[in-house]
Amino acid sequence: MGAQKILEVRDLQTNFKTEEGVVPSVNGISLFVRKGETLAIVGESGCGKSVTSLSIMGLVAEPGKVVGGQILFHGQDLLKMSKKDMRKLRGNQISMIFQEPMTSLNPVFTIGNQIGEVIRIHQKADKKEARAKSIDMLRLVGLPHPDKVVDHFPHQISGGMRQRVMIAMALACNPELLIADEPTTALDVTIQAQILELMSKLGKELDTGVILITHDLGVVAEMADRVMVMYAGEVVEEATVRDLFEHPKHPYTIGLLGSLPDIDEQREELDTIPGMVPNPLDMPSGCAFHPRCKWADAQCKAVKPRLAHYGNDHYASCLKAGEVH
Amino acid sequence: MKGFLIKAVLQIIPVMFLITLIVFILVHVTGDPVTLMLSETATDEDRRVLTAALGLDQPLFVQYFKYMFNLLQGDFGTSFRYNTAALPIVLERLPATFELAAASMLVATLISIPLGILSATKRNSVLDVFITGFSVLGKAMPSFWLGIMLILFFSVYLGLFPVSGRGTFAQLVLPSITLGAAIAAEMTRLIRSSMLEILSQDYIRTARSKGLWETIVVYKHAFRNSLIPVVTIMALQTSTLIGGTLITEAIFSWPGMGQLVIQAVNARDMAIVQAAVFIIALFVIVSNLLADLVYRLLDPRIKI
Repeated sequence: MGAQKILEVRDLQTNFKTEEGVVPSVNGISLFVRKGETLAIVGESGCGKSVTSLSIMGLVAEPGKVVGGQILFHGQDLLKMSKKDMRKLRGNQISMIFQEPMTSLNPVFTIGNQIGEVIRIHQKADKKEARAKSIDMLRLVGLPHPDKVVDHFPHQISGGMRQRVMIAMALACNPELLIADEPTTALDVTIQAQILELMSKLGKELDTGVILITHDLGVVAEMADRVMVMYAGEVVEEATVRDLFEHPKHPYTIGLLGSLPDIDEQREELDTIPGMVPNPLDMPSGCAFHPRCKWADAQCKAVKPRLAHYGNDHYASCLKAGEVH
Repeated sequence: MKGFLIKAVLQIIPVMFLITLIVFILVHVTGDPVTLMLSETATDEDRRVLTAALGLDQPLFVQYFKYMFNLLQGDFGTSFRYNTAALPIVLERLPATFELAAASMLVATLISIPLGILSATKRNSVLDVFITGFSVLGKAMPSFWLGIMLILFFSVYLGLFPVSGRGTFAQLVLPSITLGAAIAAEMTRLIRSSMLEILSQDYIRTARSKGLWETIVVYKHAFRNSLIPVVTIMALQTSTLIGGTLITEAIFSWPGMGQLVIQAVNARDMAIVQAAVFIIALFVIVSNLLADLVYRLLDPRIKI
């Protein structure tokens, strides 16, 4: 895939100030997304994947702050952009879908008002045009009776429908980049599949680059072109989806894949990764994963591994990447 | 909507009935108007005649039934002091009371909404600390002190506003600031905390992710959601103001409900007390009802 890179993040550093000290939630992440491509970011809760997406959107709230790196959108650094220019970009060229469809829509305004708002502010449409476009978008995301739903309030429709509304809102201005932060986590499994299918279909149709944030490897296999695995604020492995599932290099990725149920195998228990995500204020020395890694030795405790290239755009940060399996 | 209103109006009836009963008993067991009305040289015979003339010699429940019988026909009885029907005397005070209540609420709203929002959006800034300090001060200042200070400064020293009385706009300014300041203080704090809670909601983050102006995020998306607790307090404060604000009325010689009621209680002028409490209670109920209606306008999730 040689398509143009629309987003390139270099060495992003986002910290949160807490009473106990500064937490580096995102610690030197680099990534890129090509036009029309889906990049999945995978990891456990608290690994920094949501903070990465909020950093790109420029929506990191106090006490968090992006303190370093570059976020290049078509070569332009978003971190150096004025608030005004950034605002013009948000919801227009870069938009976002959040995890909680039940609380992500404003309860006191109609669906049409909330979708129309994006269209009016970015496309200078009047109320009537915005409403017509909102109805079109609702139809596009497959809501029944879009001309009625447009006047509904969020509480009058189900969670799955609300997430479709969120997608309609995010895609209303044909963004080049869509960031979806666990878009299906809060939904029923059957609805999940529908929403993912919809996102994948619309992403292809509109040639949108997608960053899909999830902890669900099933979703990754279904949706992603490339995968980035995050652990404790850092990228530990990055590869095409096929490569990652077939030849994982990092023990953490191997652990994640091992904890998935396999339909062809009869097992009483799934594998788990022992231990807990480290406390960000008290990071282990050397490799952050070594206390939970069954391959770890003295070297892992002492030396912090760097991302290394293993051919075919496959990167991993493990000193034993060649030995583990 | 219609059903809600009918239900609400039907609920008023038992409440008002209970209120008349309680007030009647309280007024009749806590003092003797006859003693207050007679001169010190009056004989027992004088006392007996007057008691009979006022109908106070009859058993309490007979008096109550007579009172209710008349009340249902719109007759609240006769004031002992003024010797005329009680209701018109009370109603005469209503315009003054309303005027002051409305002006005070206006002052409170105009101060508290911008300050509360600013305080929340600029949380922990110097401005926020200053506004919070101001509202603590406003809440802590007794109204008689503030009223007197305002008179001393604006009326006596600067000569800008009249010292007391009612009739002109200028006379309304100082009493409504006196009452409005305390309410503004409470409302500012409430709006601040309500806004802070709403500003941390997911849908505010969604609004920001859409690239809306921060002004629209704050004033459209957050403010309307933060108004429900504010409307509750506004309704409560309005009822308090209708009930009369004795001290402020006394300081500014404002001919409102508060002064009338306190004088009537002191004179055991039963008919006036009962009529006034009846009217005040009615307004408390109505202002709560209005608040309920406003909730329904503000939040579509609240069904009518």
